[in-house]
Amino acid sequence: MDYLLQNPAIVFELLLQHLLLVSVALTLALALSLPLSVFIAASSRWTTAVLGVLSVVYTIPSIALIILLIPLTGLNAWSVIIALILYAQVILTRNNVAALRGIDPAIVEAARGMGMNRWQMWWRVQLPLALPVMLAGVRLAAIVTIGIATIGAKFNGGGLGRLLFDGIAQTGRYDKIWAGAIAVAALALLTNLAFVTLEHYFGPARKIRGSL
Amino acid sequence: MILFEAFQYAASRATEWRDALGQHLLFVAVALGIGIIVCVPLGFVTARSRLAALGILNAANALRVIPSLAILFLAIPYFGLSFTSAALALTLLALPPILLNTDAAFRGIAPTLQEAALALGMTWRQRLWRVELPLALPVILTGVRAATLEVIASATLAAFIGGGGLGIYVTRGFALFDNAILLVGAISVALLALSAELLLSGLERLARVPQ
Repeated sequence: MDYLLQNPAIVFELLLQHLLLVSVALTLALALSLPLSVFIAASSRWTTAVLGVLSVVYTIPSIALIILLIPLTGLNAWSVIIALILYAQVILTRNNVAALRGIDPAIVEAARGMGMNRWQMWWRVQLPLALPVMLAGVRLAAIVTIGIATIGAKFNGGGLGRLLFDGIAQTGRYDKIWAGAIAVAALALLTNLAFVTLEHYFGPARKIRGSL
Repeated sequence: MILFEAFQYAASRATEWRDALGQHLLFVAVALGIGIIVCVPLGFVTARSRLAALGILNAANALRVIPSLAILFLAIPYFGLSFTSAALALTLLALPPILLNTDAAFRGIAPTLQEAALALGMTWRQRLWRVELPLALPVILTGVRAATLEVIASATLAAFIGGGGLGIYVTRGFALFDNAILLVGAISVALLALSAELLLSGLERLARVPQ
């Protein structure tokens, strides 16, 4: 706790690095996952195949996955970012597909019956209905990437994990371990809370109440 | 070829590798053993009592959000750099998935089935062992699988806090700047995780009640 109070600038900088790492990975993962999910959700065969491959990736422990990437990308932040993207990809795609397939076909048919074109159906019917479930996926992906980014510090990825690993390397620096653990736990818990609030905001319950 | 180098390294220290694997499996056994003994009864209680659910499930959810590295490293100030430290932290990581799934499993049993069991004149004990537990088992096992994968992954980090296990190749690889040694750790752990996944998902399928 002392370290946290005495070196707020250092902790803050590491926190920013951590956030940058996580947000770059999440943004890229989302950009990949959205088109992929829309594409595979239309066919059960594709869904099973792609989700099957992704779940094998997800089974591999994060530290092992980062190491397996080293021969390809070298020991730098890119190995970490690619590993983060892969993990986030699994969670996001799984949730996006579930969200899209969970939409009642009758509603989509009703939209078509009202004369909406494909684009309108997507923006005004499918996306709003799928959004709460998709957001739950983004929340989970954010939590998981925050955790794995902590390990990434060992691979020159930067971020709050540095405090934890430094605290181990320098004997007896429990203050650094505490500072790192508190900061990263707070980051994860606050991120979770922020997304839960967002999910609630976009949830169907609030909208129905709002329109009455 | 770095893969070949990694294989040679492991093969030249077969006993060390076996010991490391043994230690890794011991971590898994300890964490899951305690996790199941504590969390299955606890989940049974939280599924029935709203009061217990409120506090305990929120705590489990919060625990699950905190990065595993933080939980693992925080054990050091209290228990030092040791096997016990790592085992305790890993146990803490195994608890939330088992508890949350057990809770969901017992909650998910259709009330009509419970009523039917009651109508058949089953005692409380018979209902638990012959109706509720078999129905809850597949979902509980999903939690156990998630916990196992979590512990296998996090036990790799235990080597950083002096806990041993397959992570020793990771710490050694870092210390010697040798990617081949890093790969020995990574490949072993990845294979272990994949085998555990296969084994436990098979078990889950066996436990599923035919519809």
